[in-house]
Amino acid sequence: MLKDITLGQYFPGDTPVHRLDPRTKIVLLIVFIVALFSAVGWWSYGLVLAVTIAVMILGHITPKNIFKGLKPMLFIIVLTALLNIFYTSGTPVVEGWIITWEGIGRSVQMILRIVLLIACTFLLTYTTSPIALTDGLEKLMNPLKKIRVPVHEMTLMMSMALRFIPTLIEETDKIMSAQKARGADFETGSLVRRAKALLPILVPLFVSSFRRADELAVAMESRCYHGGEGRTRMKQMKLSRADVVAFILGALFLAAVFVLRHFGL
Amino acid sequence: MPELRVEALTHTYSAGTPFEKTAVENITLSIPAGQMLALLGHTGSGKSTFIQHLNALLQPTSGKVYYDGKDVNADKYARRDVKGKVGLVFQYPEYQLFEETVFKDIAFGPKNQGLSEREIDERVREAARFVGVEEELFERSPLELSGGQKRRVAIAGVIAMRPGVLILDEPTAGLDPAGCRQILDNIRAYREETGSTVILVSHNMDDAARMADRLIVFDHGRLAMDGTPEEVFARPEELIAIGLNVPQAAALAMALRERGVALEGSIFTHEQLRAAVLRAKEAGAC
Repeated sequence: MLKDITLGQYFPGDTPVHRLDPRTKIVLLIVFIVALFSAVGWWSYGLVLAVTIAVMILGHITPKNIFKGLKPMLFIIVLTALLNIFYTSGTPVVEGWIITWEGIGRSVQMILRIVLLIACTFLLTYTTSPIALTDGLEKLMNPLKKIRVPVHEMTLMMSMALRFIPTLIEETDKIMSAQKARGADFETGSLVRRAKALLPILVPLFVSSFRRADELAVAMESRCYHGGEGRTRMKQMKLSRADVVAFILGALFLAAVFVLRHFGL
Repeated sequence: MPELRVEALTHTYSAGTPFEKTAVENITLSIPAGQMLALLGHTGSGKSTFIQHLNALLQPTSGKVYYDGKDVNADKYARRDVKGKVGLVFQYPEYQLFEETVFKDIAFGPKNQGLSEREIDERVREAARFVGVEEELFERSPLELSGGQKRRVAIAGVIAMRPGVLILDEPTAGLDPAGCRQILDNIRAYREETGSTVILVSHNMDDAARMADRLIVFDHGRLAMDGTPEEVFARPEELIAIGLNVPQAAALAMALRERGVALEGSIFTHEQLRAAVLRAKEAGAC
């Protein structure tokens, strides 16, 4: 039941996309988002879509994986599409109708924009392990350490949070079953009643989270963890030739979108 | 007291996905009222999945579960009803304690059953007595008790619903020997006094040998053995092949026999072993 929430979960693999340096992938994600929001006409949207599909094929990510992740966003997507259909002026589809050709076009573009935005972030998390991702982020944000931003602590917290999502889900599932076995009812009643019914889940969940945090801290300290200062890494990140190629392709892609935008395509 | 009947129960997790896994397969069982049954099997053998079907926490992929002749999954009400009749104590139940006081926590189940204040009060006191939780503790927070006390409070929370069948998943896991003994004694006393059916999930063969009058062994989601302790422990090779042990006394008896000590009868508890050794000694066999 709750186990189905595996949003953006890493799929281990050995494809060119998986092998790229996490830093490259993070930077290219930003490039992609900039390109996506710069797209104005059908040509540029087509190009962005083509690039997404190419990366999906390279990384062995099926459309089904992407659509599964889109499900929770369905409401927002439909709402955006409807608003755009009804509130764009132009030539009506049928004389007297409120729906216009421009409206349909706009809403298709909006749907594309949202779907592609989600798809590209999934492409990053599907092909990059959480550890690689946070390591990459830490390296990228390294310059911020100069102005006393606790980069190491922030990324450490992030990787721990990611690490414990499945654990917490499993724990929630267990506690829910246990309370149901004592006759707790989470499905019926008014909103207030249902909110109150969550208490028997939340209290044990908090208690065990604090216990777990405590244990984790002790385990880390007993392995001599004392912050990021002077810490070396087992896996050194190195930019390879593939990363250089990826950067060049990314730059070309961004340039192409800007050129298309210049011509209003 | 009604009987619990399971017919051709199969449960498949994540059916239709690449993660599909059949956890229990085609289990047919009948558990008469008042039986003390031990469910054995190594980790991942489907024990936990199986017991969650008995109180309709999980719905079978195929097959049926009947309590008192009624299908427990007949409708929403049947599914809710059966939770008070088949009480399930999960592994490490102390992690589900949440109320401000011990009393309120034990009262959670009966309260959900919609009982009157007086009835709840009576049941909480009765349940606490069964597990040996003193009334002085009633106003304390359950979170400040010791590990063993917490566990007993959690078990009381299920007993307070007065279930006809009490299922305990590894009730002694992680407790010290004294704590283990106390919980098992409590369970035995509870059963003797109320006459309810008890299902003990365990992989401790000594506990099973000492407590149960029927043993059921699961292997890879299938029913591998079903019989009295004498019958099941008479087949030690099969148990070992499944990845389980035999009770210490049975292992010792086997080793003695291999060395030529003629021990009579089936031996799986310390008392039986002691008696057999004494008999063999009198007969001059060692």
